Amino acid sequence: MSWLRTNGLRLAVHIGALVPLGVIILDNYRYNLTANPIQEITVRTGKAALVLLVLSLACTPLNTVFGFRQALRVRRALGLYGFMYVVLHLAVFAVLDYGLDLQMIGQTIVEKYYIIAGFLAFLILIPPAVTSTRGWMARLGKRWKSLHKLVYLAVPLAVMHFALLVKSLSSRPEPLIFGAATIALLALRISGVRRASAHCASKARYYFRSTVKPTPRQAGWPTGNRSGHPPEDAISRTA
Amino acid sequence: MQKIRSSEITPEHVYLSRRRFMRLGALALGSTALTACGGQLGETLAGRPAPAAPTKPADAAADTLGIRRDEFGDPANSFETISTYNNYYEFTEDKEGVAKLAANFKAEPWKVTVGGLVSNPRTYDIDDLRRKFDQEERIYRLRCVEGWSMVIPWIGFPLHKLLAEVQPKAEAKYVRFESLLDPNQYPNQRPLSLYPWPYTEGLRLDEAMHDLTLMVTGLYGKPLPNSNGAPLRLAVPWKYGFKSIKAIVKIELTAEQPKTLWNTLAPHEYGFYSNVNPQRPHPRWSQATERRIGESGRRPTLMFNGYADRVAGLYAGMDLQANY
Repeated sequence: MSWLRTNGLRLAVHIGALVPLGVIILDNYRYNLTANPIQEITVRTGKAALVLLVLSLACTPLNTVFGFRQALRVRRALGLYGFMYVVLHLAVFAVLDYGLDLQMIGQTIVEKYYIIAGFLAFLILIPPAVTSTRGWMARLGKRWKSLHKLVYLAVPLAVMHFALLVKSLSSRPEPLIFGAATIALLALRISGVRRASAHCASKARYYFRSTVKPTPRQAGWPTGNRSGHPPEDAISRTA
Repeated sequence: MQKIRSSEITPEHVYLSRRRFMRLGALALGSTALTACGGQLGETLAGRPAPAAPTKPADAAADTLGIRRDEFGDPANSFETISTYNNYYEFTEDKEGVAKLAANFKAEPWKVTVGGLVSNPRTYDIDDLRRKFDQEERIYRLRCVEGWSMVIPWIGFPLHKLLAEVQPKAEAKYVRFESLLDPNQYPNQRPLSLYPWPYTEGLRLDEAMHDLTLMVTGLYGKPLPNSNGAPLRLAVPWKYGFKSIKAIVKIELTAEQPKTLWNTLAPHEYGFYSNVNPQRPHPRWSQATERRIGESGRRPTLMFNGYADRVAGLYAGMDLQANY
């Protein structure tokens, strides 16, 4: 049980991140990819990439604001799975959709703002993805952190890429939801906002606990883990 | 000797299409691998037209099987594909979701009023239209503004026959079409919908009188499926698909250019004419190329969707970049 408590979230991330790909493969054999399968796979890989990238942005605030340190242990996996879907998305576009016709691809890239935004996001994500290993982390030292802040630029570009290709934002609000989440998650990294939110979060936690009458079962729970703090040994391994 | 399972023997058409792939070098390798994996994507890739060997018309074997083809020799999409992949926003924005939501749509009884600047305004029952005008099959390409296309064997009659009956007056310059407004039948027409329902479209009178402009009542020899705009829709094959309005209840001759739904929502993206034009880019979708549903890769989009020899004269001297 203690293994599941320390590794459950990581397991869930690994499984959850592979589900969209699994469903695409399954739907391929169930002939469930619509009459326009290339379009469908493009849309699905794109959405999976966005969801995972936004989730990877959520990890740091989950720790700094809500004290949920376990989130830090899945940050890299979320980011890399997100990048995997970006690569798949681009591969489907370039190979299956445009048959690697570089002239046609070039024309489309310069002609369409949304493709410029998406392609930029991809380029920007390459350095953080390549340097995500422990070795690179050690080699780059302090610079590693600044380099990985490129994600703050790539995710908004990816959201823009989505927003620009939707026929009408008022009837298709998904890009707005991704946009709002991204803005909120980036704002939580500004020290003033972070401190204020952390204060509110702890107040809310305190209020919630003090108003709920402890039942015998709840009273028996170790309070340290109620707030989501993992045991110390788990934290030390995240660095 | 080890026995080879019959499932391991590649069918000849897959084998042949693989041969064509080899010419495409590296791309062929990847695609063939996917083709060999089978499934929907594999079959789509196997059905890819070889750039070196375009499909030729009068494929004897195919024609005896009753495969319908357009004048370029490209086969029509299947009835299932045509009736389950639809843009019909009154039901939903999800193309795959339309057929299910449209299953209980009430397409009968149905009345169509034809009025405005005409000498002989009339209201037709859908059955009148089916009886009065010879129903003919027309195999048209449909090019959606979203960058995909299909070949569709419509059944219907040219609009000019109907207009001849109601006799447009001299001052009539345009034809305005209106779709059904019925929130009880169309889930997306409920209050707070962000679209200015009902769906409206328009044509210049000479466009409406053109023999290619078809009032559609059927598909593949069958009555029009609900998802395709039963019981009566328009097919204007040289214009983007959204001009071919569905579920028509009203046709009006006007002196002024009528407002159309997509032009009202995004005037810089969708013009009144909306002729298929590979030279006029759209901010989101490629208009220079298109994907024929059922194929991978892209085809170049043809001016006026391949009907230039028949309709270019309608726009002689017009700046088609300004009048998009």
